Formats: sequence, C-alpha cells, structure tokens
Amino acid sequence: MALWMFLNQALAGAFMPEQGTQIAKEVDNLYGFLLVVSFISCAILIGGMIYFAIKYKRKSQSDKTPYITHDTRLEILWSVIPLIIFLVVFAWGWTIYHDMRAMPENALEIHVTGKQWAWTVEYKNGVKSTDLVVPVNKDIKIILASEDVIHSFYVPSFRIKQDAVPGRYTTLWFRAEKMGEFYAFCTEFCGTNHSGMVARVKVVTQEEFDKWLVDESEIGLLPLAQRGAKYFQTRACASCHNVDNAAVKVGPSLFKKFGTEGVFGDGSVSKFDENYVRQSILEPQAKIVKGFPKPSPMPSYQGQLSESELSALIEYIKGLK
Amino acid sequence: MSHAVAGKNYLNESSGLWSWLTTLDHKRIGIMYFVSVMFFFLIGGIMALLLRLELFSSNAQEGISFLSSLPNVIKGDANPADLYNRIMTYHGAIMVFMVIVPGIPAILGNFFLPLQIGAKDVAFPRLNLLSWYCLMAGAIMAFATLFLNKVDTGWTFYTPYSIRTGASVVLMVLAVFIMGMSSILTGLNFIVTVHKLRCPGMTMYRIPLFVWALYSTAIIQVLATPILAITLLLLAMERVFGIGIFDPKLGGDPVLFQHFFWFYSHPAVYIMILPAMGVISELMTTFTKKTIFGYTAIAYSSLGIAAVSFFVWGHHLFVSGQSEVAGIVFSFLTMLVGVPTAIKMFNWLATMYRGSIEFTAPMLYALGFLFLFAIGGVTGIMLAVVPVDVHFHDTYFVVAHFHYVMVGGTLMSIMGGFYYWFPKMFGKMYNMTMAIWSWVFIFIGFNVTFFPQFILGAKGMPRRYFDYIPEYEQLNRISTIGSWLIATGFVIGLIAMIRAITKGEKAPDNPWGGKTLEWTTSTPPPHDNFTNEPTVTAGPYEYK
Repeated sequence: MALWMFLNQALAGAFMPEQGTQIAKEVDNLYGFLLVVSFISCAILIGGMIYFAIKYKRKSQSDKTPYITHDTRLEILWSVIPLIIFLVVFAWGWTIYHDMRAMPENALEIHVTGKQWAWTVEYKNGVKSTDLVVPVNKDIKIILASEDVIHSFYVPSFRIKQDAVPGRYTTLWFRAEKMGEFYAFCTEFCGTNHSGMVARVKVVTQEEFDKWLVDESEIGLLPLAQRGAKYFQTRACASCHNVDNAAVKVGPSLFKKFGTEGVFGDGSVSKFDENYVRQSILEPQAKIVKGFPKPSPMPSYQGQLSESELSALIEYIKGLK
Repeated sequence: MSHAVAGKNYLNESSGLWSWLTTLDHKRIGIMYFVSVMFFFLIGGIMALLLRLELFSSNAQEGISFLSSLPNVIKGDANPADLYNRIMTYHGAIMVFMVIVPGIPAILGNFFLPLQIGAKDVAFPRLNLLSWYCLMAGAIMAFATLFLNKVDTGWTFYTPYSIRTGASVVLMVLAVFIMGMSSILTGLNFIVTVHKLRCPGMTMYRIPLFVWALYSTAIIQVLATPILAITLLLLAMERVFGIGIFDPKLGGDPVLFQHFFWFYSHPAVYIMILPAMGVISELMTTFTKKTIFGYTAIAYSSLGIAAVSFFVWGHHLFVSGQSEVAGIVFSFLTMLVGVPTAIKMFNWLATMYRGSIEFTAPMLYALGFLFLFAIGGVTGIMLAVVPVDVHFHDTYFVVAHFHYVMVGGTLMSIMGGFYYWFPKMFGKMYNMTMAIWSWVFIFIGFNVTFFPQFILGAKGMPRRYFDYIPEYEQLNRISTIGSWLIATGFVIGLIAMIRAITKGEKAPDNPWGGKTLEWTTSTPPPHDNFTNEPTVTAGPYEYK
C-alpha cells in the first residue's frame, strides 16, 4: 500500500500540471492507477517479447518448433483479466465523471463566450474581462457560449474542459482550492490564431475578488483613452494587433500609425484617421493593408460596439506613440 | 512448383505505360497503389517535418518562426499561423485518406489476397482498376485545392468552421468522397473474392489470418464509408446551398456533424489497424517458424473488433456537450474493444514461445509493432476513461496516442509487410543490413518523437497549436529531433529498396520458409498466379 501511494504520487506528480481543484486530485489518483496498471501490462507484453526473442533466437535453419495451436484456458485468462481491469477503471471513471458533471447549487455563475480568438468573461454586474477572475474555495459555474465556431475551454490545472458550441449553452463547474494564476487554453481548432486564444484564470481571495469587481464596474468613469485601452483587451483586438512595437502579429501593428498614410492591397491610399479606424473595425474587408491576406481573417464588430466604445477605441489608438 | 512459360511473369509479360494503366492484373494494380501511396507518404512526411520544425521553438518568446522564414514562393502571402494550420490539415488528410486507409488493403491486400487463397485474381478485376482511378481522381482534386485557397480545417472538417473558411473545402471533401468510393469498391471486391474464389480445399478456417483481417476490414469499409460520403456531401451542400443542417445560424446543429463524422471515422481507425494486425500474424508465424497460436481467437477477434467499432464513436465527443449518460455508455463500449485487442497481443506473444525466431527486417518491424502498439493500446484505455479523457482530450496526449497506434501500429506493419513480401513482388532481394539500420532509426526516432508528446499532453499542451507557452519548449525540441531520426530511417529504407530493384540479387521463390500459398508459386508470380490451381489439405501455418 505504501509502495502504491508512493508510485501514485511520483507518477502523477511528475507528468501532470499542479492540482488546483479537488477533482484534479481525484483524476490524478485514477490516472496514477492507470499508469501503474499500464506499466505492468506493457512490462508483461514487451518484457515477455524481449525474453522470448532472446531465449528462442534461431540457432539453425533446421530448428524444429512444437506444434501448439491454442490453449483455451490461456485464452480465457487473457480475455477475462483485461476485461475485469477495464470494468474497474470504467466504474471508477464513472464516479469521478459524475462529480464533474453534477452542477453545485448556489454556485457563482459566470458567462464565458468564445470568439475568434479570445475569451470574453462576463459577470452578473456587467463587468467584462478577458481573464477569468474567481474567488478561492467557492463553487463556480461557467456558462459557455460561442459567437462563431466551436471553441473549447480548458484549464489544465483544474482538469476541466468543455466545448463552447455556437447555438447552445454548455456548462462546467469547478472549485479552485489554490490561489494564483493558471492558463486557460482553447482546445478546439478555431482558425488562424487558435493557439493564441489563451486566457488566464486568476484565483484570488473573496475580498480581492469583490474589490476587483467594483473597480472594473467603474470603468465608465475613466478617461476615454483609458477606457479604449480596456476595450482593446476585452474585445480581443490585442490578440492580433501589436500596440507597442511595429512587428506584425496576425494583423498589422497599430503602433504610431494614426495620422500616417495607409497603402492597401488594391494600390489605393487613405489617411489613417478616425473614419478609417471606424470603418476597419466595422467592415474589416473594406480596406486591407498591403501585404495582408484577402479576405482578412478579422471578424466584423458591426453591432457589437456602441458609439461611445468606438470613440474610446479610436482615442486609444490615436495615443499609441 | 513448376515455373510458367520460361522467364515470363506478371512484370514482363507486357510492357509500356499503357499496359500498366489499363491492366486488370491485381498484382500490377497493387504495384500502382504502391507507387502512388509511397508518393503521398513522401508529401505527407515532408509536411510532418515542416510542422515539427515550426514547433522546435516557442516563437512567442524568441520572436522566430520557421515557417515565416520560408521563401515567398512556398508560403504565398499567408501569415505563418495560417500556413501551419494548412500544413497540419494536409498532413492529416493525406496520411489518413491517402496513405494509412489504402495502405495495406490496396497495396498488400490487392497483391496477396488472391495469392493467399489460391485465386487467379480478385472477383471484379475491372472494379479493382476503377478503385485505383478513384483514388487518383480524389488525390488530384485534393492536391488541386493547394492551388486555390488552401484548406485549413484539420482533417476532421468540423462545422461550423468548415462552413466559414475558404471555399476549397468543398473540393477537398468531394476529393475525400471519391477516395471513399475507392475504399468501398476495394472492400466489396475483397468480400466477394474471399467468399467465391477460394481454391479447392481452402475452407474459411484455412485462409491465412491476413485474409481474415482484410475480410473484417472490408466489412467495415463497405458499411461505414457510405456514412462518411453522405456526411461530406451534406457538408458540401451546406456550403453551396446553405441548407442549414450543421450551421447554427440556420438552425442546424454543428455537433451533429461530429456524430456523423466519427460514426465513420472511428470504424475507419479499425480499417487502418485490422489489416496491420493481419500482417503481424503472418510475420509472427513465418519468422518464429511455428504455427500461429490461437488461429480462431485471432480470426474472431478481428470480426469482434469490426462489430464493436461501430458503437464507440461517442468517445470522441466526451466534452462536446453530449449527455452524461451518452458519455458513460460510450466509455463502457470503448472498454470492450480493448478485450479482442488484448487477445491478439497475447496470442502473438504466445506464438513466440518456444519458436525459432529469426531477426530479419520484417520480423523487427513485427516486434516493433508489438512494442509500440502495447503503449498505444494502454494509452487508448486511459483515454476511454471519461474524467481522464476530459483532461487529455484534444491535447498532445491524444496526438501521441494515435501516432503510436497509426504509425507505431499500422505504418510499422506496412513496412514489415513490404520487407516481407518485397522479394515476391519484385523478384529481387534487398540488402538486409541496410533494411535493419533503417528500422533502428525509425524505431528509436519514433519513440523520441512521440513519447515526449504524451508528457506534453499530460502537462496540458493542446493539439493543433502553431505556438505554445515556453514551458513546453524542451519536450517539443526533443520531439522535433526525433522526427529527423525517423526521416533518416526512411531515407535509408528508400535507398535500400531502390538499390534492390535496380541491382538486387534475384530472390528465391520462398526466401523465408513461409507456408502460405503465395510462397509456392514462382517469383515474381506469373500473370495467372499459379501454373496449376493449388489444392489445399491443411491449415495455413503447418510448421510440423
């Protein structure tokens, strides 16, 4: 038993991300068991193969071998033992899966929406964020949706994953037991910047969480450019456009662009002014900067931004110097 | 056995390109498949190397990307992320639909199924040729998309992404549709051939296990491939006419596509692995010089796998929003597939017991298969356990698992089969030392490439990622270096084969002491396979 505990810890700890939830510990226990059983099975098969290969190496071309066609007892043995092991891990898996899917009552509900290529987190008081900020030791229920294609919300440290499917809601829950920052990846292929669709999960104390929520909800009181900077993050502009250097990410950099002349794929030229930025956000296909693919992978923000939000974004882009 | 008309065999009885393109000889069609599939494998393999080169560095940190440094002629005006996604898509689609699915049945099956049951040819020789042309037509269409806007959906074509991305998806799915026709026709041909053309005395329990495996495969090909065809046709109609089956904007259900797709594609996994298992049974018995252990168990386990394979597709959808009950049921059924697979593994092991084992290149591939497939198999069980899969789903753990099964399993067995039957097919012997060195590089390189990917997946690295966080870099580097070892191995193997064909020694009729019928005829076989129709009086592996 002690050996088993040791093996389990050594194996599971070595290859898995840190355990942020109780479910993670349960999954890792089962995974540790699977690893040990797998190791033993492989040792029997591969070890047996190597042993036989060495022991029964051909000595001469005239070697005689015994004529053994089958052995019913052996056949039954190596059918039934694997079956029993499979049924054990199946039943064990079932119980954990049941816990994973049983949504707790009175959980804090948070909406998370996937969009090419960022996650938008929305809290009940209207705060929007690209990071998922949650209080520690509290049941959290995530209601997933997608605006375009299928995405999948995956937090390795919590051992949770669920697809965000357009046209329906899916849910998952977790209870973070460790404070700190964790990665949330998109794990369903969603196009160009799929691998850039990474959010942070920030687990904080209840007090910090309450304060953060109030601070974020007062964003409307900030100066225009600062609000624009916030929207630039929460509306996922930042996943494709650089703002502090001229390097190309997925789309062109916006650093020191305002007021310059833009050259487009069709050879036309236009001034990089308020109206140009506005058009590029609402109708990204209208003018594509020279050297960038047509059609542009940028989604249209038509109907998704208020006039005030647009003005804030333009004001922010103006200030990128 | 006596030779046919002196010096005449299937290779030289007529000549010229036209005689090949219009041939009805199953052996020549097999060779045509061999050449075309090798070509596709080369393209798919180069793409794999490009993917691994890109993943050598976590370029977010260092600001470098291998693909963006390629000349403009190759990359066009695509940004490196799109380029990666396209290469990833073509690598998957080519390797699955054009290499692994047709690999064993269409090349080795075509050539050796009639020989092993003592038949002159397959039941429908014209249909057989048509199936090759279907594969070619599909391949040309698939490669044509490279010159339009390239496909970047991944080989799975998941909706609604595949409805919204570049329009050449339509051409690509039609290409796969036509290649599916090729697969159906081959399967149909094999079923009828096995039932109708066995030589006198060749009862169903005397056919070699390779034929049993091809027979089970053919059943899946005929029953499952039409589902894929319909699914892809619906996808094409969805794109062209906007009928609203899968598109949520029109009231469709994108997850329905996944159900349809995997209803074919999971059984298809067994289309890929069952023939491989058949080859391993042949190699095990010949190179241990011992009759196969558990003939009936192996034969029926093939049928068992074929039957259960239709009821496990939902294990690809554990996190896609299907109900909890469905998840549990599919997990249970998936466990059941493990049993016949374990039966096969243990029977092969038992065949080695007290055998006389010869370490030729084909036998090393068979032993390599056992080694890699054991790992592929146990990790498959891990993925069938739902809560563990929730963590591993769509991570590199899955990538490692299916490469262990598809490459470690099927490709090892294709290579083993080539080296086993190469003398019979071409009438020449290859340099055994070179072939063994090729195996050494491929086997070690494979483990160096894919074992780290299990750890990457366990640590949470998602698949289909052009870029990754820096903590995954070290393991990715090891993996990329492994890919160069594999490439070296295949280059050595290719040189060995070319040298054998051009200046190899003449092969004897039965270089390995095999007991199945193909070794009783001359090398290379005559046009009609056997000078006199063989008569069988005993089982296939009588090493007494």
